[in-house]
Amino acid sequence: MKSFTVLEGLVAPMDRANVDTDMIIPKQFLKSIKRSGFGPNLFDEMRYLDEGQPGQDNSQRPLNPDFPLNQKRYQGASILLARENFGCGSSREHAPWALEDYGFRCIVAPSFADIFYNNCFKNGILPVVLTPEQVDQLFTELYAEQGYQLKVDLEQQQLQTPEGEVFRFEVDPARKHCLLQGLDDIGVTLESAEAIRSFEQRWRQRSPWLFGVLGQEQR
Amino acid sequence: MAGLTLYDKLWRNHLVEQRDDGSALIYIDRHLIHEVTSPQAFEGLRLAGRRPWRLGANLAVPDHNVPTSTAERAGGVAGIIDEVSRLQVQTLDDNCLAFDITEIPINDVRQGIVHVVGPEQGATLPGMTVVCGDSHTSTHGALGALAHGIGTSEVEHVLATQCLVQQKMKNMLVRVDGSLLPGVTAKDVALAIIGQIGTAGGTGYAIEFGGDVVRAMSMEGRMTLCNMSIEAGARMGMVAVDATTLEYVRGRTYSPSGELWTAAVEAWSDLHSDDDAEFDRVVTLRGEDIQPQVTWGTSPEMVLPIDGILPDPAQIENPSRREGTRRALEYMGLSPGMAITDIRLDRVFIGSCTNSRIEDLRAAAAVVRGKRVAASVKQALVVPGSGLVKAQAEAEGLDRIFIDAGLEWREPGCSMCLAMNADKLGSGEHCASTSNRNFEGRQGTGGRTHLVSPAMAAAAAIAGHFIDIRSLQETGA
Ligand code: SF4
Repeated sequence: MKSFTVLEGLVAPMDRANVDTDMIIPKQFLKSIKRSGFGPNLFDEMRYLDEGQPGQDNSQRPLNPDFPLNQKRYQGASILLARENFGCGSSREHAPWALEDYGFRCIVAPSFADIFYNNCFKNGILPVVLTPEQVDQLFTELYAEQGYQLKVDLEQQQLQTPEGEVFRFEVDPARKHCLLQGLDDIGVTLESAEAIRSFEQRWRQRSPWLFGVLGQEQR
Repeated sequence: MAGLTLYDKLWRNHLVEQRDDGSALIYIDRHLIHEVTSPQAFEGLRLAGRRPWRLGANLAVPDHNVPTSTAERAGGVAGIIDEVSRLQVQTLDDNCLAFDITEIPINDVRQGIVHVVGPEQGATLPGMTVVCGDSHTSTHGALGALAHGIGTSEVEHVLATQCLVQQKMKNMLVRVDGSLLPGVTAKDVALAIIGQIGTAGGTGYAIEFGGDVVRAMSMEGRMTLCNMSIEAGARMGMVAVDATTLEYVRGRTYSPSGELWTAAVEAWSDLHSDDDAEFDRVVTLRGEDIQPQVTWGTSPEMVLPIDGILPDPAQIENPSRREGTRRALEYMGLSPGMAITDIRLDRVFIGSCTNSRIEDLRAAAAVVRGKRVAASVKQALVVPGSGLVKAQAEAEGLDRIFIDAGLEWREPGCSMCLAMNADKLGSGEHCASTSNRNFEGRQGTGGRTHLVSPAMAAAAAIAGHFIDIRSLQETGA
């Protein structure tokens, strides 16, 4: 996983509440058995005027000129400014994959859906929660200024505006540690393999019915 | 010290390691796998040279994009017309074979929607931790299990370590007191709860559903309720174990029997919140206040009782809500002040992990028996949740009732719930659906979904528009 330390980047707006995972990456693209290549279909239904299909040449499709990501001023954005309950809906990890593949490394919103929030950290994306007032302010500044950039410092847990104003944000220490180091979660957990094994043994003794027939029928 | 909630107990029982940073390693008893969120996880295992930690914890079943028409289904995996769908189902088969994981394949009679199959097989049991790469895994909480959806990275993590790194949630009790009026179902309760607390109301919480209404509910009803926890923002919903739970679990394929059963029942008797347990938030509803519900917008919280009138954005003060309402009405092609009962339907979908169990099909069949689907309704689908539900329904003659009334009787799968297979809405079409999400485009691009109970969907199929199910029942029609 890519690590995340300090990001200074262009900001793009996603100015609506309850953006769900179907909007982030419509379901017809979930059929891929790969992890990459979802970026061109990020926000597909809002971004293009036609209905997207997997395997299409996206460069030939008609763009929705009103959609921010299609506007010149937001090209190359790496920070997405969003509204409340961003990422609600399904648990599909294709949503953060699509955001990451497009080039977003940080999403700023007043709130996120739980599963999506969690999935971001597993894919090198930092979700930043600010107050609704702070997010309002950032939207106002973003619309007012071409080339609007933010600086996000995970170590310091700070987000800095071009004016130099600093907002602090919270992030839980374990997730912060993994993201800062770009650690592979599974490797970290397997360091506790002994503890897992001894738990499993005790648990099996206490609840043998949980370790029953399933899986043995074909062995 | 205050007592423990059901969630606290399940958490405690599965705690492998508490870390200083507040996170914890939680042991996973059951991992359910389907074709959409697993290929990348198996790929990850392969790349890292890892094997599954405990094979017996895993059970796989394809459901999301299996075709549900009998003709296409007859050809098995090779017969799936959509190339990409076929590849995904084939990949699941291949991965299960390669890693030695138990799979219920496409045309096995036990195949079905993973959240219907798990409890039906006794593969999900009280007291378990259950995860699956699908957000409606909350369904299994109805058995008194700690069950929630995970992303693909976590699917790989569970496969490799039998654990998840978790943060403990806060506790919420949703108590539904009293009793339900005739014609009001678990689905209506779920929608009424979401209408009350909103789609983010449960974010950060594990919800326990309690109160007399929930105690009186069948297991099917409790599954419907827990299924929709995620639509209230909560990753997990659960119900305490009682006689209804035991009755349901007894005798299923993977349920314990004999001495193990006795020992299990003994252990499960603790699976309820202590009387003095403290919840961080308590929400109460009165069963008698709940009417049959219909969603009118593009979020499950945009819901009204059947006699409701659509909101007028001009009268909403909060600008974000006003804009959200305006946008939803526009997408849905509906106008402020319109009566719910005036919404006309193009299609009807009875199915999904929310409402495709035998009880749901019985309720729908009771409504359409001896009637005909309205001429204005282009298609009405009934998709059973599993092959076993289908067989049971056929044994009871429900399939004939549906077919005689002009509904289509399909093979089990997710189907029109998310339109990953051929079953989908045309743009602008209104659908009365027993599924769980009414997001824009969920059932097909431009499609307009209205979430309702099976009985309400069936009644809408007959009338061609929404009607109060109780008006049918009162006249005995
Ligand atoms: S029925 Fe619908 S909600 Fe349930 S698992 Fe399938 S796609 Fe998901």
